[in-house]
Amino acid sequence: MSTTAITALLDSWLNRQLADDAAAWLRETLQRSELDGAGTRALFIAFSLTGRRCGRVDLLVNDSDKKAADAARPLWNPSGWSLDQVVRTRLVLAIPATEPRVWLTIMDQLFAAAGLEELVALYQALPLLPHQALLAPRIAEGLRSNMTAVFNAVALNNPIASEQLTIDAWNQLILKALFVNSPVKRIVGAERRANGVLAQMLIDYARERYAAKRPIPVDLWDAARPGCDARQRVDLDQLQASASAVTP
Amino acid sequence: MKLIDPHVHMSARTTDDYEAMRDAGVVAVIEPAFWVGQPRTTLGSFQDYYASLIGWERFRAAQFGIRHYCTMGLNSKEANNEALAAEVLEILPLFASKDGVVAIGEIGYDDQTPAEDKVFRKQLELAKELKLPVMIHTPHRDKKRGTARSMDVCIEHGLKPSSVIVDHNNEETVKECLDRGFWAAFTIYPKTKMGNERMVEVVRTYGKERIIVDSSADWGVSDPLAVPKTARLMLERGIPKDQVEATCYGNAILAYGPSGQFNESDWLTPASIDQRMLFEGNSVLRGQQPKIEDRVTKGLIS
Ligand SMILES: [Zn+2]
Repeated sequence: MSTTAITALLDSWLNRQLADDAAAWLRETLQRSELDGAGTRALFIAFSLTGRRCGRVDLLVNDSDKKAADAARPLWNPSGWSLDQVVRTRLVLAIPATEPRVWLTIMDQLFAAAGLEELVALYQALPLLPHQALLAPRIAEGLRSNMTAVFNAVALNNPIASEQLTIDAWNQLILKALFVNSPVKRIVGAERRANGVLAQMLIDYARERYAAKRPIPVDLWDAARPGCDARQRVDLDQLQASASAVTP
Repeated sequence: MKLIDPHVHMSARTTDDYEAMRDAGVVAVIEPAFWVGQPRTTLGSFQDYYASLIGWERFRAAQFGIRHYCTMGLNSKEANNEALAAEVLEILPLFASKDGVVAIGEIGYDDQTPAEDKVFRKQLELAKELKLPVMIHTPHRDKKRGTARSMDVCIEHGLKPSSVIVDHNNEETVKECLDRGFWAAFTIYPKTKMGNERMVEVVRTYGKERIIVDSSADWGVSDPLAVPKTARLMLERGIPKDQVEATCYGNAILAYGPSGQFNESDWLTPASIDQRMLFEGNSVLRGQQPKIEDRVTKGLIS
């Protein structure tokens, strides 16, 4: 994965969809940020103004765009992104990254002052950033969020969690997704990272819901099954049968 | 009837309040940055507070189908901690230029000290630079003089009265405020500010032009249903419907709309990204018929 390939792809989409004045504004912002030393001040302000300058319509992506995205960054899927999110990602990718610690400090500042829409854009862009190995604490922070939109930006349609999280953190991610009703099907890498501990956590959770006569999240069964051993599979099937007898 | 509460500190309120407001027809709220009931002692507390106004609180409101906006500013009480105030003014521009920030406010005077005056003026300059309206908090004590002085200083700094919303008006201040071309907002607040019966008479006397009703509900004894209750009382007491709509909905859009951050289409026809981000997975339907609940049908506020 290379930042150059990703920015080239983002630029090609923006060329296609951005209005002339917005495109000119973005070009000028990027040039100015290159000129003024560390260059971040112009970027910070531009980051806030992006929605107003560029609009917030959905990014148009066709099949070949999706292929190109996957080629530039494996498992990246930009479907469901909006235009301002693409521009914000483009701006973040312009932050100088040669010094990893300096870069991380700038990123942390950007997160600390971000509004809801900006947080979603930032977390969604994590898999495209340089220094992926430095991002585990940030991923965890996003997954702790009580704002479902922020949690979803890390958890759904985003390959970084399955690549960077420890097994315990990963298992918590799946369980939390079920708790907050996020569609587990859209979590990238779930099949690959399935494990027996997670299966047991999900079986226990299903039992707890069943005992409390509460509905069991429909995604739970498929999320638990790949990690089950033979005994767990029997438990899971029994639970699913009794649960569906109560709530068909 | 759709309603807006253009001054309410939702961070201090419960989800019950959000639910009641939604049921009573409130579609959008503006939360001015203010103090939190006790003075903050570090810059970080301000930074996290400002971030919560554009993040967590926006999300919380959306769960109830209410669109949340805010104003950014350093309030007059905390302006008196001069060293900290200087630091806050440094970071303020960053937050003031965020999406959904509809004004600089609430700013103005509390004890009318020199420190308050300095911070007030600096923020008027910031509003000019960012082309944002200003929301003025007028003092509780020495109100009439403090209100006049707030307007004088705005003019002195070259602001147009039409871009300044003067809040916490009463019968003694409204005339000057309107005569000079400013927006006159009224806080319906039990005991200390306006009651809603008095508000009805203000609208009867002055009409709908540039008059705005709000609750300023916060962590004190206050009422998050003040706007719905007042709208209802106005209708019952024979105020024409267009005047009720203007003072409890439309005027807020006219006053804060010039920020470019407060558009009726945001809540009438939200962008699809907003629907995914803000309203995904909750059962609140956009554009549903608001129902006026029992708790509204009671309630005089006096
Ligand atoms: Zn207030």
